[in-house]
Amino acid sequence: MMALLDLNGVTKTFGGLTAVGDVSFTVEEGSVVGLIGPNGAGKTTVFNLITGNYVPNSGSILFEGRELSGMATNKIVSSGIARTFQTIRLFQKMSVVENVLAGCHCRMKSGIFSAMLRTPSQRREELAALELAMRELAFVGLAHQAENLAANLSYGNQRLLEIARALATGPKLIILDEPAGGMNPQETDQLVALIAKLKERGITVLLIEHDMSLVMRACEKLVVLEYGIKIAEGKPDAVKTDPRVIEAYLGTD
Amino acid sequence: MEEFVQQLTNGLAVGSIYALIALGYTMVYGVLKLINFAHGDLFTLGAYLGLTLLTSFSLQDKMGPLAAVGLLAIMVMGLVALIGALLDRVAYKPLRDSPRLSAVVSALGASIFLQNTVMLIYGARFRVYPQDILPRTVIDFFGMPIPLMRILILLVSLAMMVALYTFIQKTRIGTAIRAAAIDQGAARLMGINVDRVILIVFMVGPALGGAAGLMVGLYYGQINFTMGWVYGLKAFTAAILGGIGNIPGAMLGGLLLGVMEALGAAYISIAWKDAIAFMVLILILIVRPKGILGERVAEKI
Repeated sequence: MMALLDLNGVTKTFGGLTAVGDVSFTVEEGSVVGLIGPNGAGKTTVFNLITGNYVPNSGSILFEGRELSGMATNKIVSSGIARTFQTIRLFQKMSVVENVLAGCHCRMKSGIFSAMLRTPSQRREELAALELAMRELAFVGLAHQAENLAANLSYGNQRLLEIARALATGPKLIILDEPAGGMNPQETDQLVALIAKLKERGITVLLIEHDMSLVMRACEKLVVLEYGIKIAEGKPDAVKTDPRVIEAYLGTD
Repeated sequence: MEEFVQQLTNGLAVGSIYALIALGYTMVYGVLKLINFAHGDLFTLGAYLGLTLLTSFSLQDKMGPLAAVGLLAIMVMGLVALIGALLDRVAYKPLRDSPRLSAVVSALGASIFLQNTVMLIYGARFRVYPQDILPRTVIDFFGMPIPLMRILILLVSLAMMVALYTFIQKTRIGTAIRAAAIDQGAARLMGINVDRVILIVFMVGPALGGAAGLMVGLYYGQINFTMGWVYGLKAFTAAILGGIGNIPGAMLGGLLLGVMEALGAAYISIAWKDAIAFMVLILILIVRPKGILGERVAEKI
């Protein structure tokens, strides 16, 4: 079976620094994969390479068999990859539902002229987008907050809104960059449940997370990076006992 | 009282023209953080293109005056929108990743280029609009004669502003424009084609500016290749006054500036008209640099 996402020998250097060196791993369709590693291991760089913010120096990134590197970010998103951010990047001054509507953008067809003339098909499309946005808000449990300003949501809810906004782009793969950052244990539990619901919907999840308890509960496979190099890959239980991983996290005597 | 009402309505008409131009500055600033100094010259182009279309097609002989002017406005807006898109492609797009100052210098260069192009094509002297296009009707407003043209300018401008506001607030492209103005990177990652958003901004703004140019031609009857400079600066002032990057701010700033200028000219001295406008600019920059409705502090340039 072909993997949904296939990184092969991906390298990215910034000047003399190798942020990601010869990293290969695959994400199977319908799975939940965690990318872990100490701070500065290159996890977020890997995400930025996948979403086209950076172009790799070498190696290939295949999504459903199509090469992603060099593709414009918005094309990558419309081909079915969505992401959230380590530091929240919501459109703070827009309402909650408008944030999600911005995510619907690439799934809509009508152009500028029909938008200005407000043709019936365009109105239907706007209505459909609104329904979709409300559905995604309900999915993450924020429907009652729809008209609030994004900036006024609690930190945990802002993280959920980022997920709803990413879902509105209609992704096959969703990339979550430290989704539990700043969440309390109860919110983290809800997040684990949400990730399970994403999997039920058939959406593949790739996540970076420092919260080991979340990673161990939510992921089926882990990829461990250290200094930009992959040092381990496999089932959470196996990774947890891998001496190289323990060394990377705890150091050696 | 009569003088006050006359000056007020005049100020509102001129102010609505400032507002239309200011929208172009503020939209481009909102998305690109760039002051498009060539915007005033797109306004000039609107005025001249209007003159050319008017004299070469004589639309007013083939249909009613209002229909002729409406058709004219659509053609002018379309043409200036295309020129605006071209301007972006040639002068700004290649500099998207350069320091902001490069784009500002490019904007000034584009302004000089457009101004001189207009001068070379149409000549340096004032050109006169045909006077018989719209009937010079005067409306009786509680005993005070108000030119119909003034009211038309105000109404048409307001209609355009409401249309723009609805477009920005209620449609998906408007949402995309607002999203790109807040965070371009995040907007891209939500599948928004930011290059297309920028292109749309560079069409909608100039279209409104072109319409303003046409209105000035029809209202004052004469146009000059340097007119974009003064109107551009005034509209820029209006955009700053309302809060640059803020669309309702540009509308409010334009109307306020027009009224202040007209009343100042009437009750202080006509010679001080421009000075008043720029004193407003300086005062705003000192006292409230983010403008009346602005949230962001106006950055350098």
